[in-house]
Amino acid sequence: MPAPRLADQRRKEVLRQCLSVGVATGAYGISFGALSVAAGLNLWQTMALSALLFSGASQFAVVGIIAAGGAGAAAVATSSLLGARNGIYGLQMSRLLRVRGLWRVPAAQLTIDESTAVAIAQPEPAAQRLGFWGTGLSVYVLWNLSTILGSVVGNALGDPRQYGLDAAAPAAFCALLWPRLRSGDARAVAAVAAVIALVVAPHAPAGIPVLAAALAAIVAGLLPSRESRALDDLTDPGTSPDEEAPA
Amino acid sequence: MTLWTTVLLASGLAFALKLLGYVVPHQLLDGVVVSRVTAMLPVALLSALVVVQTFTSPGAGLTVDARAAGLAVAVTALLLRAPFLVVVILAAATAATLRALGWG
Repeated sequence: MPAPRLADQRRKEVLRQCLSVGVATGAYGISFGALSVAAGLNLWQTMALSALLFSGASQFAVVGIIAAGGAGAAAVATSSLLGARNGIYGLQMSRLLRVRGLWRVPAAQLTIDESTAVAIAQPEPAAQRLGFWGTGLSVYVLWNLSTILGSVVGNALGDPRQYGLDAAAPAAFCALLWPRLRSGDARAVAAVAAVIALVVAPHAPAGIPVLAAALAAIVAGLLPSRESRALDDLTDPGTSPDEEAPA
Repeated sequence: MTLWTTVLLASGLAFALKLLGYVVPHQLLDGVVVSRVTAMLPVALLSALVVVQTFTSPGAGLTVDARAAGLAVAVTALLLRAPFLVVVILAAATAATLRALGWG
């Protein structure tokens, strides 16, 4: 790899972030496993969702729709609408990770909100890659283990809301976005995206509000930058010329 | 549609969507404008995700509850340069406390 190695201190910092995101999502996995079994899926179907679908919002939508007696087609459609944003993350993650060939399969499978957020929170390319793989793997392992736990022993922890876990998730994403918001352009994109999502949310099915917010990034990319050093800010370090060498 | 069909179809489509971003040729993404857009896409989507997770509830439109208080505390902590874990724990503790007191 052409990227310089990370100092031990930074490595530890990034890995701690990866693990804490994994632990927080793991707590949700227990509740997912319990809900899934209560919705009528068996243990194997529940495990298949966490191992294969591996995208929290989509999984909760699938078991929610099945629990409510909805059609399988509706469950698949809602799951896919919610999962479409992972494909959009993939556009940028593919650039940061520089994966080729079969490595694209695990990279794609681990491309979710959490791994993307931890990756883009890091300033240097080596930390971005460590953040992506570290978070992807820690969430994958803990999410799957806690799914099994939840489906076997039930919702041992009770409602995650009771612990404020539903507030922890947006706070964590906000904290991970925070370092990027030092750039005025990124602040503008984040603000416009938030407004788009809030305006669209009451009128659109799940998944659409977040997808619609992509418009903010597209418009920002097309407009001339307001900052002289904006290209350095906007283009991640992973795309600087010295990083173009084959990995 | 049997349950297994639903599970496997949703999983297959989810993976196909995830893979989509990785099979677009890099040459298409390396232009100045396109790379500016792709660099901003996660910022836009995650920002939208934060407000959707904070201010919406299934079938209830926009709502302001304990999660909003948690996010406000998180932003304050971030402005005070609190570390990541502290920010997350403060947000969760705020929401949990408010709910224990019977609000949101």
